[in-house]
Amino acid sequence: MNNRELHHLSILVLPSLTVFAAFFLLPMARLVTVAGSGDMGAYAYVAFLTTPRYLESLIATVVLSASVTVATLAISVVSGLFLERNRFAGRKILIALITFPLAFPGVVVGFMVIMLAGRQGLIGDITKVLAGDKLVFAYSMAGLFMGYVYFSIPRVVLTIMAAAEKLNPALEEAARSLGASPWLVVKDVILPGLKPALIASGAICFATAMGAFGTAFTLATDIDVLPMTIYTEFTLNANIAMAAALSIVLGLITWVALNAARSLAGSTVAAAG
Amino acid sequence: MISGTSVSLVECAKTFPDGTRALSPLSFEIEDGETVVFLGPSGCGKTTTLRIIAGLESPDPGGRVLFDGEDVTQVPIELRNVGMVFQSYALFPNMNVEQNVAYGLKVRKLPGAESARRVREMLEMMDIVALKDREIDQLSGGQRQRVALARAIAVRPRVLLLDEPLTALDALLRERLRVDIDALLRRLGITAIYVTHDQAEAMALGDRIVVMSHGDVAQVGTPRQIYFQPSNRFVADFIGTMNRVRGFVSNGVVRTDAGTIPWNGQGEEEVEVLFRPENLTITEPERGHLTGVVETAFFLGDRTRVIVRGAGDTVLVVETSDRHEFREGEKVGLIVGPDMLTFPDGEAP
Ligand SMILES: Nc1ncnc2c1ncn2[C@@H]1O[C@H](COP(=O)(O)OP(=O)(O)OP(=O)(O)O)[C@@H](O)[C@H]1O
Ligand SMILES: [Mg+2]
Repeated sequence: MNNRELHHLSILVLPSLTVFAAFFLLPMARLVTVAGSGDMGAYAYVAFLTTPRYLESLIATVVLSASVTVATLAISVVSGLFLERNRFAGRKILIALITFPLAFPGVVVGFMVIMLAGRQGLIGDITKVLAGDKLVFAYSMAGLFMGYVYFSIPRVVLTIMAAAEKLNPALEEAARSLGASPWLVVKDVILPGLKPALIASGAICFATAMGAFGTAFTLATDIDVLPMTIYTEFTLNANIAMAAALSIVLGLITWVALNAARSLAGSTVAAAG
Repeated sequence: MISGTSVSLVECAKTFPDGTRALSPLSFEIEDGETVVFLGPSGCGKTTTLRIIAGLESPDPGGRVLFDGEDVTQVPIELRNVGMVFQSYALFPNMNVEQNVAYGLKVRKLPGAESARRVREMLEMMDIVALKDREIDQLSGGQRQRVALARAIAVRPRVLLLDEPLTALDALLRERLRVDIDALLRRLGITAIYVTHDQAEAMALGDRIVVMSHGDVAQVGTPRQIYFQPSNRFVADFIGTMNRVRGFVSNGVVRTDAGTIPWNGQGEEEVEVLFRPENLTITEPERGHLTGVVETAFFLGDRTRVIVRGAGDTVLVVETSDRHEFREGEKVGLIVGPDMLTFPDGEAP
């Protein structure tokens, strides 16, 4: 590439650089400085480690997001493979139904969890009839878990289906001819073949769960996930520096997790999600 | 050494769920240790037949697959102990060469030392020891197919099934690997079924050839029988180049529009006479059985392929080692050798 071309190229890159600076770098820098400007100064970052409430909130969020990711992947692999490999009447409608929540904001998902597992919910009514005791878990981590899995499944299922379609059927046939049982075929051929898609969609699922807010906000204000903690610090306690510091930590952890997933899967995966 | 298994298909038909009738009920037997080639045009059902033998498809009700006389129709592929080699190699990309070859042994829970010994033996046999630690994407097509063969044979299958294993390779490599496969099959004495649409490959590899057409067996025979005594027009046309001339048989000759050919048969009827290019000799116009005009000639080095017009309903193809340079428009005579076939005219092809 000669100088002239480089010159042209940098002119072309300029607009996107400007946008990047305006909407990403500047707010980030501001966030970092705000976080350091409170009473505690840069100690705001340390505070979340030393303050049990923040640390617990962080751990709860990571555990929740990780279990949502695992559950979503498990459910999506089974249903994605099934939907990809079987042709039956109503298959298209089923796929459409499963991918329906794609459009829902977190509030709606939270609303649905309440209708299912809330005080007047379906599960409560059924368990009351069956066991005489009303089972209500909408307003807890369990409710949040259910809501997150519900809205994570569509994306992951679609990715898995696309990846399953590209699997080479001859590989499975070769494995079977060599004596592999159906379970071994899944373990040795199908899952390794789906690995890039699993990592990519798992990473997106994890990141989304880490940052999701609407569902938690709808279900209850006392569920301590990090986005809720940030909201509380910001609006109720007016502790803007702490909110900023927590935001940076949240972003950082998610970013590290995404990168770890990406390096685990080789290079080009995050784009596939 | 693997002891061979005989394979029989009994009245195996195949209708796919979408209604496609891929195979008419077909029956044939493959002896133990024999190499049989399925040959036929695209879509004639070669792969389907192979997959029925493998256990990847089941025949329509009534059809049966027997290994050494034992009915295996209901036995799933993972218990049939067949080796498969695919056109697309189908090597496991998440395993290296050695792990690929060892996979079937691992599944069978063979002890480590025994498995390692067997893998080593296979790698040596296929001449790929140096590649054992390579990843699959670091191999050429020819090398991949060697690994696939090693993997299939390592489990000592009862039958080795190969579906166009060389089609994805370039001509030179194909020839070399074909020779190696041939040697390997003879050395192992394994029953092998080899699918191809390449006649040269079929002729060179097969103890017998099953020529297939439209989901049916057109002829089963040795390469020589298939070439010299095709039992119907389809086989005659499909294998090699065949010239055809229409005529009327009477008094030991076949009279055609372009001349008279001697014939050592009886009866009087309309016939079609079929003969191979190498079965024609070019001579002076007045001495030939048939006469015609040179349309084109291709010099092939050791021989010349001459296309002659006017001696039959269609052009005739002649192969000659004559050094004469044939020119377009040149008038020639053709002597038809005794190795010709006649079919009653109008017989369904
Ligand atoms: N799963 C399937 N569903 C419906 N029809 C099929 C299926 N598989 C094969 N067929 C049809 O069955 C017929 C035989 O197919 P097959 O694959 O056995 O042919 P082939 O001789 O192996 O051809 P080729 O040389 O192109 O590989 C074809 O008409 C094909 O379209
Ligand atoms: Mg085929």
